[in-house]
Amino acid sequence: MIEFKNLKKSFGEKVVLDGVSHTMESGKTNLIIGTSGSGKTVLQKCLVGLFEPDEGEIIYDGKSFTDMTQEERTILRREIGMLFQGSALFDSMTVEENIKFPLNMFTKDTGSQKRKRINEVLDRVNLKDANKKFPSEISGGMKKRVGIARAIVLNPKYLFCDEPNSGLDPVTSMVIDKLIKDLTIEYNITTIINTHDMNSVMEIGDNILYMVQGKKEWTGNSKDIIFSDNKQLNEFIFASQFLQDAKNMRMMEAKGEVPEEVK
Amino acid sequence: MNFITHLGRYSLMLKGMIAKPENAKVYWKEFMQQCNDIGIGSIGIVSIVSIFMGAVSAVQTAYQLTSPLIPKSTIAQIVRDTVILEFSPTLVCIVLAGVVGSKIASELGNMRVSEQIDALEIMGINTKTYLVMPKIGAALIMIPWLVIISMVLGILGGRLAGNASGILSNDTFDRGLMENFTTFNVWFALIKAYTFAFIISSIPAYYGYHVTGGALEIGRSSTKAVVVSCIMILLSDYALAAILL
Ligand SMILES: Nc1ncnc2c1ncn2[C@@H]1O[C@H](COP(=O)(O)OP(=O)(O)O)[C@@H](O)[C@H]1O
Ligand SMILES: [Mg+2]
Repeated sequence: MIEFKNLKKSFGEKVVLDGVSHTMESGKTNLIIGTSGSGKTVLQKCLVGLFEPDEGEIIYDGKSFTDMTQEERTILRREIGMLFQGSALFDSMTVEENIKFPLNMFTKDTGSQKRKRINEVLDRVNLKDANKKFPSEISGGMKKRVGIARAIVLNPKYLFCDEPNSGLDPVTSMVIDKLIKDLTIEYNITTIINTHDMNSVMEIGDNILYMVQGKKEWTGNSKDIIFSDNKQLNEFIFASQFLQDAKNMRMMEAKGEVPEEVK
Repeated sequence: MNFITHLGRYSLMLKGMIAKPENAKVYWKEFMQQCNDIGIGSIGIVSIVSIFMGAVSAVQTAYQLTSPLIPKSTIAQIVRDTVILEFSPTLVCIVLAGVVGSKIASELGNMRVSEQIDALEIMGINTKTYLVMPKIGAALIMIPWLVIISMVLGILGGRLAGNASGILSNDTFDRGLMENFTTFNVWFALIKAYTFAFIISSIPAYYGYHVTGGALEIGRSSTKAVVVSCIMILLSDYALAAILL
């Protein structure tokens, strides 16, 4: 569980986070949604300490992250997995070496144990025959999957994903969403996902934080979002035609008006 | 940003770099990789520069020494001493500031801009220790060796050129090499080599590690890293000469 209270962050004159508070629950996929530029990435980076918030408090399972020393943070970070918006793969290393790197650094596993674990996670992200390729030789979608594989290889307690399925085709996108959701439940991970993909919101939105210009505008889950009467949120979600259909359908369902042929 | 801020952040980087490695084996691998990149990777350019440097200094010394009273073997002495005292440590390190320095700055700059440094931080790795220390360590080990190689090749270049252009025979050159040789000169050159090695690795690492922005800034900061390194080499060259000679 990660709690944060009244987080504020500005870059010069520009206020990016304007007092956001929320609780990210463990064993759930917690979504941060909002238009691009609304501060999702900055919020995630504040939560892991890559940016220092100007004000506010961050609490990891009862321990104040804000008060931790650099050494204490470094130790906590070994339980954090993070997928960056641009994947951030080490480009001097092959796919396999990228995933092996945390294993080499933090485990005493033997060569064959490491190989087994690498193949396990590559299998989970549905990536085959890319082990020996360098990041410059694979597509953006494949990079994302390698990034996820690297983030989960040490079984993290907290998983941060910044737009895990931007740039992915719809099929892979669903695979990735399902993978993240499964892992979250299986290992009781506190997962935090930045997204503006409405499919993801509907599929895995256990706990959604909707941000507008660095402020919390709405929270709820994927069921609540359908019936929300928040005007800004509705505009945001209705930009997606799919969702409009889904919403109409559920409205009708709720009123018992679903046409026979659809059922 | 002013000089004092840069100096402050530079010292903080060096201070933050001193920490226990998370895993000695991974660090060792990175260190060996850097030794290979910095040392083996620059042998070619160092050899070419050294041979020509020695050759030119032999020819030009002969051109300036017109008096028949001075024996020809003096040319060998002068070539030897200028190569050891100045050309090999200083000139070679200035070349290396370009070759190694820009490589270090752009490598770290690229890692910063593409968030690879952040990714390492999030894994719980002290990035100053993991990324900067092996580079400085490798430079301190490899660059003095490059300077020694350069001394040998520089003198050899002078001998070849002296012989080829009929200035002095190989025998005269070899005799001159042995005359009035002070071993202190070699020590002095090595002290310079260590000092410059630290400059060439730490200053570009500082500029690369602290890049903000995109591809354009990587280029800009690596240029700046090379310029500042060269100036620092020349300043400390003068300071060491004033103190130690
Ligand atoms: N390092 C930075 N320096 C200055 N401004 C930044 C920085 N990072 C982000 N911003 C600004 O913060 C705002 C929110 O950015 P971001 O969190 O990346 O949005 P998104 O919701 O698309 O992830 C943007 O206006 C961006 O320009
Ligand atoms: Mg973003």
